[in-house]
Amino acid sequence: MSKDLESKLPANPEHGEPKPGYLPVADIPHKPRVTDTDPKAARRAERQVASMFLLSMLLVVLFVVAYVTIDVSTVVYVPVLGEVGASNLVLGLTFGGAIFFIGAGAIQWSKKLMPDVEVVQQRHDMESDKGSTKEAAANYERGKEESGFARYPIIRRTLLGALALFPIPLVVMLRDLWQTPPGENPVEILSTTSWRDGERIVPDTGHSTGENVKGIRPEEIPVGGLVSALPMSIKELKEDPVANMRDRGKSAIILVRMDPDEIRAQQGEGWDYQGILAYSKICTHVGCPIALYEHRTHHLLCPCHQSTFDLADEGNVVFGPAARRMPQLPIRVDEEGFLVARSDFQEPVGPSFWERG
Amino acid sequence: MSTTNPAANPVEKAGGATATFVDQRLGSNKFLARNLSKVFPEHWSFMLGEIALYSFIVVLLTGTYLTLFFKPSMAEVVYEGSYIPLNGIYMSEAYASTLNISFDIRGGLLIRQMHHWAALIFVAAVAVHMFRVFFTGAFRKPREFNWIVGVALTTLALAAGFTGYSLPDDLLSGTGLQIIRGILQSIPLVGTWLAFFVFGGEYPGGDIISRLYSAHILLVPGLILALITVHLIMVWTQKHTQFPGPGRTNDNVVGYPLLPIYMAKAGGFFFVVFGIVALLSGLVNINPVWIFGPYTPDQVTAGTQPDWYIGWLDGALRLMPNWETVVAGFTISWNVFIPSVVIPGILFTGLALYPFLEAWATGDKREHNLLDRPRNAPVRTGIGVMAIVFYGILWLGGGNDLVATTFNLSINSISWTLRVLLIVAPPLAFIITKRICLSLQRRDREKLLHGYESGRILRLPHGEFVEVHQPLNEKELAVIGSKPDTPVLPAPQKTDIDGVRNPRYRLDSIRHTLSGFFYGDNIPRPSAEEIEAGQHHAEEQGAIEAPLHEYEERDVIFNAHGGVLHHPGMPKTNAEQVAEQESRS
Repeated sequence: MSKDLESKLPANPEHGEPKPGYLPVADIPHKPRVTDTDPKAARRAERQVASMFLLSMLLVVLFVVAYVTIDVSTVVYVPVLGEVGASNLVLGLTFGGAIFFIGAGAIQWSKKLMPDVEVVQQRHDMESDKGSTKEAAANYERGKEESGFARYPIIRRTLLGALALFPIPLVVMLRDLWQTPPGENPVEILSTTSWRDGERIVPDTGHSTGENVKGIRPEEIPVGGLVSALPMSIKELKEDPVANMRDRGKSAIILVRMDPDEIRAQQGEGWDYQGILAYSKICTHVGCPIALYEHRTHHLLCPCHQSTFDLADEGNVVFGPAARRMPQLPIRVDEEGFLVARSDFQEPVGPSFWERG
Repeated sequence: MSTTNPAANPVEKAGGATATFVDQRLGSNKFLARNLSKVFPEHWSFMLGEIALYSFIVVLLTGTYLTLFFKPSMAEVVYEGSYIPLNGIYMSEAYASTLNISFDIRGGLLIRQMHHWAALIFVAAVAVHMFRVFFTGAFRKPREFNWIVGVALTTLALAAGFTGYSLPDDLLSGTGLQIIRGILQSIPLVGTWLAFFVFGGEYPGGDIISRLYSAHILLVPGLILALITVHLIMVWTQKHTQFPGPGRTNDNVVGYPLLPIYMAKAGGFFFVVFGIVALLSGLVNINPVWIFGPYTPDQVTAGTQPDWYIGWLDGALRLMPNWETVVAGFTISWNVFIPSVVIPGILFTGLALYPFLEAWATGDKREHNLLDRPRNAPVRTGIGVMAIVFYGILWLGGGNDLVATTFNLSINSISWTLRVLLIVAPPLAFIITKRICLSLQRRDREKLLHGYESGRILRLPHGEFVEVHQPLNEKELAVIGSKPDTPVLPAPQKTDIDGVRNPRYRLDSIRHTLSGFFYGDNIPRPSAEEIEAGQHHAEEQGAIEAPLHEYEERDVIFNAHGGVLHHPGMPKTNAEQVAEQESRS
């Protein structure tokens, strides 16, 4: 039936000689250019092309001079662009110009001086002729016959089996992309952080960890304020960058302080300390760190995808693509009066994962 | 070659000797004889693919240069270069070496910016080139394979862009990686382990930069290079498609020969693209990684944007409702998995399969070397515009925070508006596009039957106003007259003459409906006889204007619109009426 349908289509309306109902193929139009008729214009075009190539050479010389003479740290003021590096500007202009004018010259040459008469070439069918197809099929049959591929099923099947299995080592060897420490698995690693009872909370002072910082006292956090913080046991960046980065990506928290009457709900009874609440800093959507806090509404907004959490209402999602509340960390003060954790988080922090449940 | 020409200069002699030397070993002269005069058709839109190719070469050249100075290492060092604000700060060697390239190596910033600019231009050119191929139907038989190679190249271009974006290890690129980790973790069943394998342990680990590096400088560009080669060989073998025009048929190629025209034009255009990238990089700053500072997983900057071609995925992540389900103790994060894995997966698969879907739905199995004008395939054009609108809304979603701060709007209302638009706008765009295409077809038909409206209004001696129509010129006639009429597939019979049930009835019914959907509304092209009659009539009408000018100048009224009083059922021809008046006087 499908063959019938196709046979009802016109053979190929725009193919070859005009079919009934189609217009005859028109001649290709051509208008002579000024450079074709006026020798003066042709010479002018010749000069233009040569000047562009000459300009290119000149710019290369200027590039080398600029490379040697302009100090890489020199800053100049250029109208419109503002304060820019002189070296980058001049190198870019001379290098770019040198290349550009080769191209512009070549194109001008082809447009003005080379023939602009369109020519016709015939296309050939992609499909092979019947003879070749037959010959190919015969070759295949001969190969099949001579190799006995069809006659020796055991050889055939074992070969296919061997070919199917041989890539396995290539895949297996990828296993140690993560050299798993003994007894560890991703689910446990993702479910725990460095926080434990008595772990002191230290302020996060940016990329260089605060050295010699003892901790944070409750009175240091004003009502409405937000402090980014880390566990005190975090490894020094220079000593163990991987461990340091890992803790920053997982154990980072924010401390916010609000009037205790404004706290509508917490994830656990009395997990705050005098209105100071500790929440994970890692978004439960895809893991961006969050620190955009609106202290009147107690909303925390993720700058990446705008998930919004209400910290006065146990960190619940109020808007955006995040599906889970921000995990809360229970806190207290230790004997010296510094804020410490009371335990680890009671649920995994950061983005969801399959085994999270 | 030159051995046949005794007057050749020494350089040409040497060249000829080399050609002979190579030919005796590879038989290359046969190839040159066939191909040096190969004809390529010309159209501005055919340069889009060239831009992609040339900017990729620039990316390769500048990228090679960057590898000489960049250190793909996450080891922490103290920065002691000449960028004062970051002096004495701990950072990864990757970031420190990027700063070194930007501030202390002469020309380093230029090359880095050229790499980034050329990469952006590469992806943009790939995308626009793909639009061109889609909207003109250049993917149809026999070029379906090359379309698939093109879709693979597009995907690889995105991969190349993203892996490169993540290498400098500044705060911005690290945040992108953090999101990738969240996306990996959302994949059901294997996601958690996959994330650990990719990062060599818990995020961020110490391996990701060097792993991305090998993908970015070896694996991905190697694949792109191989596929570009295949892409070009196919274009070469199948010969380029051409737009309809005088002298152009489905069986020929009309254009200029490779030597010398395209050698000069395409070669020159390579230098133009290269030069513009260099000029742009000298003048316009891009990705100033130094202002963001080194990456640390507990910091982020607000209002930051990924490169434009990733923005739509970020937008999809933002607009997705927060769905997550727990089934038998396992979590499925629909809110992350759908926008970042499922949607791009469906989009790219659909894109790759489109040529086959369309051929199946329309029953069109013919070879097509003449390009379609987008209006003549309204459904395809509508689908294309629909996809662009869908993409555009997601992209806008990727910048919803910028929209909010710029226009002082609430981010919640923007997100909700975009969520609704994402569902409503694409079908609307489809309908509008299809209607516009059909209207353009109607206008084409009018032009073929009556010539074009000249805008000149003529008052006839008996007082009637008509607009003068003029015949189309040769080019327009060839272009408009080339419209292929693709018939709708006939409705299948339930049973054949002998009453035997047609086993393909349901499938063919679907094809009948689909092909009707594709081409059923098309305005039929008039026959050659009708066109000739119409053009002839317009010619006559144009001719009558001249003597009338002289006859009574004040009767000619110029008007930009017109055509109101012109109707086909006029009792007498203009010429007859003029003659009548003349005989009376």
